[in-house]
Amino acid sequence: MNDVKAITVDHLTKKFGNFTAVDNISFEVKKGEIFGFLGANGAGKTTAMRMLCGLSIPSSGNATVAGFDVYHQTEKIKKNIGYMSQKFSLYEDLTVKENIRFYAGIYGKSNEFIKNKTGVVIKDLHLEKEANKLVKSLPLGWKQKLAFSVAIFHEPEIVFLDEPTGGVDPVTRREFWNLIYEAAATGITVFVTTHYMDEAEYCNRVCIMVDGRIDAMDTPQQLKKACDAASMDEVFLKLARKALRSDT
Amino acid sequence: MKPAITINNIVKFYGAKSNKTEALSGISFNVNEGELFGIIGPDGAGKTSLFRILTTLLLADEGEATVDGYDVVKYYKEIRKRAGYMPGRFSLYQDLTVEENLEFFATIFNTTIEKNYHLIKDIYIQIEPFKKRKAGKLSGGMKQKLALCCALIHKPSVLFLDEPTTGVDAVSRKEFWEMLKKLKQQNITILVSTPYMDEAGMCDRVALLQSGKILSIDTPDGIIEQFQKDLFAVRSSKMLPLLNDLKICSEVEDAYFFGAYHHVVMKHKNEEQQLKNYLSKYAGDGLEINAIRPNIEDCFMALMKNTE
Amino acid sequence: MKQFFSFVKKEFHHILRDPRTMLILLGMPIAQIIIFGFALTNEVKNSKIAVLDNSKDVATTALIQQINSSRYFDIEKSLTDYKSIDAEFKTGKIKMVIVFPQGFNEDLQHFNKAQVQLIADASDPNVANTLANYATAIIMDYQNRITDDRKLPYTIHTEIQMLYNPQLMGAYSFVPGVMAMVLMLVCTMMTAITIVREKETGTMEVLLVSPVQPLKIVIAKAVPYLLLSMVNIMSILMLSVFVLGVPINGSLLLLIAVSILFTLTSLALGLLISSVTASQQAAMFISLVGLFLPTVMLSGFMFPIENMPLPLRIISNVVPAKWFYTIVKSVMIKGVGFSLIWKEVLVLTGMMLFFLVLSIKKFKIRLA
Repeated sequence: MNDVKAITVDHLTKKFGNFTAVDNISFEVKKGEIFGFLGANGAGKTTAMRMLCGLSIPSSGNATVAGFDVYHQTEKIKKNIGYMSQKFSLYEDLTVKENIRFYAGIYGKSNEFIKNKTGVVIKDLHLEKEANKLVKSLPLGWKQKLAFSVAIFHEPEIVFLDEPTGGVDPVTRREFWNLIYEAAATGITVFVTTHYMDEAEYCNRVCIMVDGRIDAMDTPQQLKKACDAASMDEVFLKLARKALRSDT
Repeated sequence: MKPAITINNIVKFYGAKSNKTEALSGISFNVNEGELFGIIGPDGAGKTSLFRILTTLLLADEGEATVDGYDVVKYYKEIRKRAGYMPGRFSLYQDLTVEENLEFFATIFNTTIEKNYHLIKDIYIQIEPFKKRKAGKLSGGMKQKLALCCALIHKPSVLFLDEPTTGVDAVSRKEFWEMLKKLKQQNITILVSTPYMDEAGMCDRVALLQSGKILSIDTPDGIIEQFQKDLFAVRSSKMLPLLNDLKICSEVEDAYFFGAYHHVVMKHKNEEQQLKNYLSKYAGDGLEINAIRPNIEDCFMALMKNTE
Repeated sequence: MKQFFSFVKKEFHHILRDPRTMLILLGMPIAQIIIFGFALTNEVKNSKIAVLDNSKDVATTALIQQINSSRYFDIEKSLTDYKSIDAEFKTGKIKMVIVFPQGFNEDLQHFNKAQVQLIADASDPNVANTLANYATAIIMDYQNRITDDRKLPYTIHTEIQMLYNPQLMGAYSFVPGVMAMVLMLVCTMMTAITIVREKETGTMEVLLVSPVQPLKIVIAKAVPYLLLSMVNIMSILMLSVFVLGVPINGSLLLLIAVSILFTLTSLALGLLISSVTASQQAAMFISLVGLFLPTVMLSGFMFPIENMPLPLRIISNVVPAKWFYTIVKSVMIKGVGFSLIWKEVLVLTGMMLFFLVLSIKKFKIRLA
């Protein structure tokens, strides 16, 4: 892993009125890293992620994503990231191919690029037979894998995944993580949130947010050692139970 | 012990006649009185369909079911008096306050908060400081507690909780299961569904559900005992190549990520030595091989692969 | 019963806590009445008229001068015979003709009585009405002035004739029309949306799995809207009478009774829509396209039904608002009693019962 920074966050704060949703957080994510972003509901994960995606302007502090500033270069950030969440993924009433085409089109990719890469993606996901079927006819796990492939179709520098595996069966969940590893191996930085604590172990580094602040950030091994815990689940419970606020 | 819920060969189809898909394909099991019974399965397994059939909201295409001794079709009115139900989507009035929600649900079940306060007391005192707050302004964990109070306020004999912990963080999930354990002592039968495999251990018995079929029904320990194969947790500093090597090993039936380790299912018993030999090239990379007891997720995956 | 009241209370909470709903429910009727009222009774200036003076004496000349000098009228033409009046109107240039009979001044001097005829083009009924009123006022003014120095008063009788639209359809008609529209909107659309909203948020699931009879849920949902509709009816009537000066010629009680009948019909329709739709958008779409548009287009409120092609005339019979509109117009404007509207009331009652039975039958006690 080299030392190019994909994301730098420096004393970033977001306030809504009197409420400080994100309180002075700082961290860096290296290129090609799989960075896990954990926290209880209302700890400020979503707000932080929105700022990094260029959807929300910070109250103070600095941050760059793919080298672009989150205050002034949000359009450039959006061009260079991919985003996928459990809730919003694909158009159910479009076919697999149409979905790929649509999203690739948004990012201004050439027809030739789209055509070639569509073939590769469909082959990698073993969706040859389903390529012209409506997305709603696919099982949930396949949809999520397809959604991920679509999110990184335009070869972004960073992909943000917001609880990508919620409700997915254990076998497909692991297939999904295989896709994440493959993407990371090609140099894509992965920024992921999850409620499954075993998935936290798959990350290169994990950051745990409590009450808007970063409470711990390290490799899963180091975190477990520091907390004297056997699993990330225990680490999380030990840290998050201290939370004072549980409100969004 | 008399069963609180009986389910006999329930089949449910979805979609138009030409393009029917089976949501439930012939499910049968019983839940005993006072039992905390878990239905574990991913989204789309058929959990919600089953809950809706049992709560009289849907008609099954085939099969029968009873709740508290009453047939879900013929005596749906009786069941509606006796069942408590918390659907997967949050079913509270966002523009009513905590107190107003609770009062409303108490009234429609012909009771008052005072009458059954002892049932919800432990849970309600946690949200009582916010009783004048609108439900829409509560956090996920608090909403979940309020929803549980609303489902409990009429002292149901059977409580149906459809994915109460989905989308809720690990801390709130733990708290929620602790509440259920306490409720069990009030002799309320609880049927609860969840996509989180690690929650199975909290139930008296579980049914593993996948694609409308039951993979297995037993106590959590019983399900684990059914796992006959040897299982190892393996790790080294080079996790990805290790997994790829494991997947092509002829003695290995299955290998997959599991937290900080890879879980390795062996084809035959007592082949730890063969595995060690096979992985000897990782000896310098901090290789660890430990025989482990499987958990519910291991069992679920093995059962899933068997049925495919 | 306690269950029921608790439901109604909850429903009021929903309505009262949502400013947008409140605005639609209470603000819209007032806005509509005022917009319609003032848009339609705008002042008319410098309207072109013609005069047919068969008398040509001192009095008529003086009157014509007075009319011409007012800011409302421009006398465009002097006509010579009756036959040309129709042709003049057809050119569309003039809005009104003032006809003086032969020997106007003589009649006035000898009998203290004379007649003037005002013929207005009532295809634009509001303009026609306004013009006739202005002209009458000027004539009255003249009459009063020449009476001043005499003991016996002069009376000039003004006879007004409205051409093309003798009933002045539209002038007062927007009040009954707005009533129909508002009730349709409040009762049908709002009830449908509020029930469907519970389906969307999942609360309907919990309500169904409770011992409350589904019918009670539905009626409890309708009660607040029924009450709000009463408020709306009252505010519309008060605005009409006190602000717009539209009289209530018939029985107020009868008017309120038929309004309640129409409200119930609309509520039943709302329930029917809610039981066949699953999303708020769909409920809104059906209410607007399926009910609101026909109410505006086919009730006779905007466009006279008599002038429509036969198929539309037939279709207009299934629009409840048409019957309500007819009844309200008869009671409010014409001042007729129940004996003359019982047929329409019967039709509306039939419709109400039909929709009510259908919506109760269609109401699902389960999800699918």
